[in-house]
Amino acid sequence: MMRLSPFTYLAPRTLAEAADLLAEHGRQTPTMVVAGGTDLFPNMKRRQQEPKVVIGLRGVPELRGISTDRDGWTLIGATTTLAQAARDPHLGQQYPALAHAAHAVSTPHLRTTGTLGGNLCLDTRCNYYDQSYHWRKSVDFCMKRPESNPAAICWVAPGSPRCWAVSSSDCAPVAVALRARFRLVSAAGERIVEAGDFFRDDGIEYLARRPDEILAQILLPPTDRSWRTVYLKLRRRGSFDFPILGVAASVKRGNSTVEDARLVLGAVGSAPVDATELAQSLIGAEPTTEAVDAVAAQAYRGARPLDNTDLNYAWRKKMARVYVRRALADAARLDLHHDSGQVGAALL
Amino acid sequence: MPRMILACTVNDEPVEALIQPYQTLLDVLRDTIGLTGTKEGCGTGDCGACTVHLDGQPVCSCLVLAMQARGRAVRTIEGLAEGDALHPLQDAFVRFGAAQCGFCIPGVLMSAAALLAENPSPTEEEIRYGIAGNLCRCTGYTKMVDAISEVAGAAGGKA
Ligand SMILES: Cc1cc2nc3c(=O)[nH]c(=O)nc-3n(C[C@H](O)[C@H](O)[C@H](O)COP(=O)(O)OP(=O)(O)OC[C@H]3O[C@@H](n4cnc5c(N)ncnc54)[C@H](O)[C@@H]3O)c2cc1C
Ligand code: FES
Ligand code: FES
Repeated sequence: MMRLSPFTYLAPRTLAEAADLLAEHGRQTPTMVVAGGTDLFPNMKRRQQEPKVVIGLRGVPELRGISTDRDGWTLIGATTTLAQAARDPHLGQQYPALAHAAHAVSTPHLRTTGTLGGNLCLDTRCNYYDQSYHWRKSVDFCMKRPESNPAAICWVAPGSPRCWAVSSSDCAPVAVALRARFRLVSAAGERIVEAGDFFRDDGIEYLARRPDEILAQILLPPTDRSWRTVYLKLRRRGSFDFPILGVAASVKRGNSTVEDARLVLGAVGSAPVDATELAQSLIGAEPTTEAVDAVAAQAYRGARPLDNTDLNYAWRKKMARVYVRRALADAARLDLHHDSGQVGAALL
Repeated sequence: MPRMILACTVNDEPVEALIQPYQTLLDVLRDTIGLTGTKEGCGTGDCGACTVHLDGQPVCSCLVLAMQARGRAVRTIEGLAEGDALHPLQDAFVRFGAAQCGFCIPGVLMSAAALLAENPSPTEEEIRYGIAGNLCRCTGYTKMVDAISEVAGAAGGKA
């Protein structure tokens, strides 16, 4: 059985203390923060990540809870659990797509532990990386975790200079579509980054977060009923499984025409893919099936899933078209009568 | 590595144990406290065999550090029955023949118990959803769902 290798565990009580500990230990030793541990601990058991100091964030009250500020922004503490986010009445009413994405993650037990912040900082995933130490050793280590092999390659695209591990967070594409911002806190100060700038298209350096920074809050801009955001998730089983495709679509409608539209694809690259430019062709007209189909066809051409997650990648590419079409139509309140097939999983 | 003192309750009994900070709750329950009813299937969150309640919430004990249970209430499969009287869910699982090899059953029972505590009259879909974090490699879940439905029905549920 796989066990965690030894580490020192620190449990700060304030955000400032957590940031100081991260800066201080991070200078000398591999140090990581942990929130729910539902990503980090499996990775540590498989020796994909091996911090010697682990800083637990769950005892920091400032990092919990959901509130609103004077300007109508919604502020979500990073260690709010996915279960809390999924059933929060305010999120359910104002940002149902985010609540739905949180609800679509993993399993009921993991959502009582896993957090929204941890979901947004989720390590990228790949069939050649998410394996035990012995498995990886036997095929030879890949470049995301090369161990002592300086010439380690990417097993998915051996000729490529980069790592193609996949951003597999359900909430990340929704956060980008909602134009969320993230508050990052370190011992040196704090800054706010746009969700779209937080994720980097690189399987190894997948976040713009510095190693000494803690994601403290997720800030959601005010919204109103003219906007509708939808998240659709594709996976093999209706539970447990990570997305192999996620589509977040947002459409703002005036009386009859589309006033604004956004489209973000998850689990097709090392970062959420912002395809908003394509969706903007809907602006200024009444939404029609043909217009939505045209966006879906373009998004399909742009989606380039690789053979490094579950199920056949050519089929996943085809499904990008189907899911973009359904998500955009739903967000635009457009009825696709004939498309009555089951969307996503039965349990969602 | 300096050991730490874990003080919590397990099945309503106060427990103190000297443990390593990197031990999981599952390891401490099984190896230190000797409660081996909770099973380890995968160790990575993929099966639910290790499900216990932490302050009433179902969690995968293979992914929770034991130290995270400090000051909290842990309930395991050993604490589901009251004395010699089986919990109604355990009784129903026996009568319905819900178990085959039985390895997943402690986890399924803990999930079902957490579900009924929160929602005493779940629909069949809600029951299936409540145990959606538990893998069973032997059965087709049908008898488990029937057994849970019966208990929910007896408690005034719709089943
Ligand atoms: C069986 C299984 C199925 C899963 N299915 C899904 C799924 O369908 N969809 C999905 O999106 N995820 C899935 N997950 C992954 C994971 O459970 C979730 O993404 C969860 O939300 C991670 O949150 P956490 O708090 O447990 O993260 P942790 O494990 O605590 O942390 C994850 C990473 O983020 C960093 N981190 C955490 N919090 C912060 C912070 N505040 N600031 C800076 N860095 C931070 C950690 O250092 C670590 O690198 C699954 C996991 C398992 C084991
Ligand atoms: S042993 Fe914990 S989920 Fe499988
Ligand atoms: S009865 Fe054997 S795994 Fe469920």
